[in-house]
Amino acid sequence: MSTDDTDTGIGKIDEQALVAKANRQDFRFAILGFVVLVVAMVTLLALVLDFMIDGVPRIDADFLLNYPSRRPERAGILSAWVGTTLVMLTTAALAVPIGVAAGIYLEEYAPKNWLTDIIEINVTNLAGVPSIIYGLLALGLFVQTLRLGQTVLVAGMTLALLILPIIIVATREALRSIPLEIREAAYGLGADKWQVVSMYLLPAARPGILTGAIVGMSRAIGETAPIITIGALTFIAFLPPPPVQSTFPFINFEWLNSPFTVMPIQMFNWISRPQAGFHVAAAATGVILLAMTLLMNGLAIYIRYRIRRGMK
Amino acid sequence: MNIAERSVIMDSMTQAPITDFEIDGPVRARVENLSFFYGEKQALINVSFPIHDRKVTALIGPSGCGKSTLLRAINRMHDLYPGNRYQGQVILFPEEINIVGPEVDPMLIRLKIGMVFQKPNPFPKSIYDNVAAGLWVRGIRKKSLVDDRVTQALKQAALWDEVKDRLRTSAYGLSGGQQQRLCIARALAPAPEMLLLDEPTSALDPIATARIEELIMELAPTVTIVIVTHNMQQAARISNYTAFMHLGQMVEFDQTAAIFTSPKERRTQDYITGRFG
Repeated sequence: MSTDDTDTGIGKIDEQALVAKANRQDFRFAILGFVVLVVAMVTLLALVLDFMIDGVPRIDADFLLNYPSRRPERAGILSAWVGTTLVMLTTAALAVPIGVAAGIYLEEYAPKNWLTDIIEINVTNLAGVPSIIYGLLALGLFVQTLRLGQTVLVAGMTLALLILPIIIVATREALRSIPLEIREAAYGLGADKWQVVSMYLLPAARPGILTGAIVGMSRAIGETAPIITIGALTFIAFLPPPPVQSTFPFINFEWLNSPFTVMPIQMFNWISRPQAGFHVAAAATGVILLAMTLLMNGLAIYIRYRIRRGMK
Repeated sequence: MNIAERSVIMDSMTQAPITDFEIDGPVRARVENLSFFYGEKQALINVSFPIHDRKVTALIGPSGCGKSTLLRAINRMHDLYPGNRYQGQVILFPEEINIVGPEVDPMLIRLKIGMVFQKPNPFPKSIYDNVAAGLWVRGIRKKSLVDDRVTQALKQAALWDEVKDRLRTSAYGLSGGQQQRLCIARALAPAPEMLLLDEPTSALDPIATARIEELIMELAPTVTIVIVTHNMQQAARISNYTAFMHLGQMVEFDQTAAIFTSPKERRTQDYITGRFG
């Protein structure tokens, strides 16, 4: 009950008690959140650590420079990491330009109608399609119908398809998050659409697009199912022809048509062997794969940092 | 006429002949029965008034009266968003083209008419790149010409002395008032026929505001200016003509002195004496 003459009907509020209750609630939630975080991190760290203890001692120059072998102690991952690098280069060269262009078209150029809506919904859903489905598509279309063979190019095309939706969605989000004022300023100067996109929107959207590209590439680098489906070899004791040569025209795209293997497949292959030595080699391959992924992410963060600093 | 020639004319303040004359002098543009719709909602109702050549025209009125909508219609900003519709016409002289005509490309209008927005909106680039942007957009790449125009525009915007030693540094390092003057310089660099200012001082402190007002008065003899303002004193200080708007309609248009001393309409009088708005 209020002691005032003017009764507001609210009554006496115990502010102290309200503050104390709010603090207790915050504390309880913070504890809960911390526990959950610790459980998740410890599990992950234990996994990675176990991996490292098994694998790291196995890594030396020979491991990186040897071809796979029937004897576990002599087996190396030269063909696997070269294969992974080449496939990733092909994937990036295909997926990034196509994905960015598609994202720009959908966000800036496409008329706003039901057809665009359907395309949008489909693109978003494609990001969730299991990767083996892409593998089957690639096997049917690229390998069997188009007869492109089981090559680096086909693997790159397959993985590019797989990560296209990720890059398209990231590009659109990045474009959409650019302040309206920048857009209006550019159009207000009399710029045409392409000038606005290329001079103002794309530079501002670069960090977001880059993040999307790296997320996509990180997914692609670990993919095994679609690559196995298109029939990548598991035992390769030779390298694709090098991309540079000493005679004219100095660059060579023969490697695109070469058979290959990649690190996840090499791991998969070794894990299914009975000898313990191969299991160690698989763990070591895993460490290298993890390191490559982290390196890629680190590079992206560094570039993004440079771009942001350049813009400020 | 290319930009260099036009800027020469602007600099020497030669009176270019304009075809349409009002009692008070030549008219640069004439808004005739302009209505505007955001989808179903009508924001402007049969607005008509002249925009005098190389004079300052102020648009005043309470929040939501349509003054910004009207200004943005004059360089077709509304075309950036779907569902907007114009009715009536805005004739630009001497070309005699209908600014809001559906057959007229908005880009053509924006190339002729510059705009400065409420919030300073420099590009995340260097000061030089910001001012040169309008020239590059028009295909002017010749270094010496771009340098000249950038320098001149920055001088016109009274920003040159403050930034001449750091033209290559980011525009984001400038204060709010400097950024807004940079935006004015950016709009002036391609020597537009008309300059639209949408509450250019509403985000600025009094000192920065005073500098921008001075700048507008200095520019007036060379550029046709239309300015939207919330601040009646500002309209009284810097404009030659004032249009009072209310609920999407043009209530009264007259010489600024007449509007503020002897308004003909009751609503104008109520607004300028602070009874509403």
